[in-house]
Amino acid sequence: MKPIFMTYTKKDLINLAVCMVLSVLIIPTFIKTEYWYTSILIPWLCLALATIGQQIVMGYTGQLALGAAGFMAAGAFAMFNLILRVPDLGFVGSLIVSGLIAAAFGILFGLPSLKVRGIYLMVATLASQFFIIWMIDKFGWFKNYDSSGIITAQDIVILGKPFTTPLAMYFVCLAVTTILTLLAMNMARGSTGRNWMAVRDMDIAAESMGVSLLRTKVQAFAISAFYCGVAGALFAFCYLKSLEPVAFDIKLSFKILFMCILGGLGTINGAFIGAAFILLFPVLLNAIGNNVFHGAIDATIISSIEQVIFGLLMIIFMIYEPLGMAKLWENLKQSLRSKLFSSGIKNLKSSAQKSE
Amino acid sequence: MAYERKFKIGKPILEVNNISLAFGGVKAITDTSFNVLEHEVRAIIGPNGAGKSSMLNCINGIYKPQQGTVSFRGQVVPNITPNIMAQMGLSRTFQNLALFKRMSVLDNILVGRKLHTKTNFLEVALQLPKVKKEEKLNRERSEEIISFLEIEDIKDTPVGKLPYGLQKKVELGRALATDSSIILLDEPMAGMNVEEKRDMCRFILKVNDELGTTMVLIEHDMGVVMDISDRVVVLDYGKVIGDGTPDEIMANQKVIDAYLGVEH
Repeated sequence: MKPIFMTYTKKDLINLAVCMVLSVLIIPTFIKTEYWYTSILIPWLCLALATIGQQIVMGYTGQLALGAAGFMAAGAFAMFNLILRVPDLGFVGSLIVSGLIAAAFGILFGLPSLKVRGIYLMVATLASQFFIIWMIDKFGWFKNYDSSGIITAQDIVILGKPFTTPLAMYFVCLAVTTILTLLAMNMARGSTGRNWMAVRDMDIAAESMGVSLLRTKVQAFAISAFYCGVAGALFAFCYLKSLEPVAFDIKLSFKILFMCILGGLGTINGAFIGAAFILLFPVLLNAIGNNVFHGAIDATIISSIEQVIFGLLMIIFMIYEPLGMAKLWENLKQSLRSKLFSSGIKNLKSSAQKSE
Repeated sequence: MAYERKFKIGKPILEVNNISLAFGGVKAITDTSFNVLEHEVRAIIGPNGAGKSSMLNCINGIYKPQQGTVSFRGQVVPNITPNIMAQMGLSRTFQNLALFKRMSVLDNILVGRKLHTKTNFLEVALQLPKVKKEEKLNRERSEEIISFLEIEDIKDTPVGKLPYGLQKKVELGRALATDSSIILLDEPMAGMNVEEKRDMCRFILKVNDELGTTMVLIEHDMGVVMDISDRVVVLDYGKVIGDGTPDEIMANQKVIDAYLGVEH
């Protein structure tokens, strides 16, 4: 299919239009409960953004990295300090600079990827997770010497207007996520993405074609960390509304890794599908626990069941569908289309027979 | 030769000077020297384990030889890496296929256009007009190569799903897309049937003829080698045992011995 606008084909533009109508018009009109915004939609957008970051480094460039939450923490605390100390930057400016600060950490912790690969790289990148959290905990300056350990995030003000209601915050997250997703798609489909995938699929051949491994890997780590940093800032300011290093622990990194794998490695829409699944599945389990078993099952057991099912799904997907849910979704659409199409042909044939 | 060549064979473009390569105690190549002239088709032959692929890997910078140098257009190349050689205008294919398996044929060939892509990731993300212009040019060139290799019908297929012979063609396409002045082909016809081999020979000669690209190939099929190459170098146990035109090589007693074995 030929791209019509930028790298987007007609199909993409239709999908984009549908998503935009859904998220800008339909959701705000029909969903009035705050719970949906504060507990589902906002974290979904933030985590999907972080998952895109993880996709870039792991799905596209093939570098097994684990430490997305560390970069998110860097972004979140950078945002806090920028708004506190450089108020002139404004919200959007601070958001971009926090992303850049996270990207600097990304470059630093991406360097081991030049020497080690696979599971060893994963262990090396874990350093970012622990180092960044440790650094924030160790030096009081990052928390503005707050003794309580939990800092309240400043209010979001863009161009003098406060964005404090759940709906307003949802729109902030939506705007940032949409723009960054489109940019990620441009990169993934353009020469940048081809270099990433070349390094992933066969690094020695990529190098023989003139793709610099150093530049490509470091670039992927930097961009990935930028996305995670921005996602972390939004996560803290729109969802948690507070800043504490504990919120960005290794568990969150694993969550983002699961979203990435279940959604489908090397896909941008997989990031959204994976994030939705991991966020909504516990909600669904809880609802089943409350409504079907009427609370007979202890909440702790439900959360354990959740872990068990995630683990199982990871194994199943790794074996049977490494391309994840994005691929399943694609297959489903394909089979629906061919079913509709073939039944259409049958109808035509039967009507033709009738007319005979 | 009966026909007039558009690109006359010229000065040495690539010179291998006294290269020695060892893996631990195993000597793969010992003090080997030969040259490749501009616009010629040069074959490297030899029995299994003679060090042919190791030789290409030394030229291309994947292996670092313990001794010796590689000169490109008369200049010794210091610190050879695959990337530096690519930038100097040397491209290659691999013996065991080194394609980007999950990418389509077109995308594989587009990666070959890397050195003709000057825009950075930020410009790509924003899809600035110059990115589009450049992408269009690269795509046109890639499509040209695809139609030249007669693989239009598979251009959107992921390479990993293609049969071996076609993958070899795609790899040649990727090397061609670089517009390099010299291409190293590591067994471009291994595992192909007669018809596929004939096609491949045709492509190699056509590229050499029309674009003047210097071709260095490793090949086992003697008939093919003697047919298409201008000069042949024969390696055995990591040493040069013969170097000359196909006719000279066929008359060379050492080469005959190496291939057929000698009575002791």
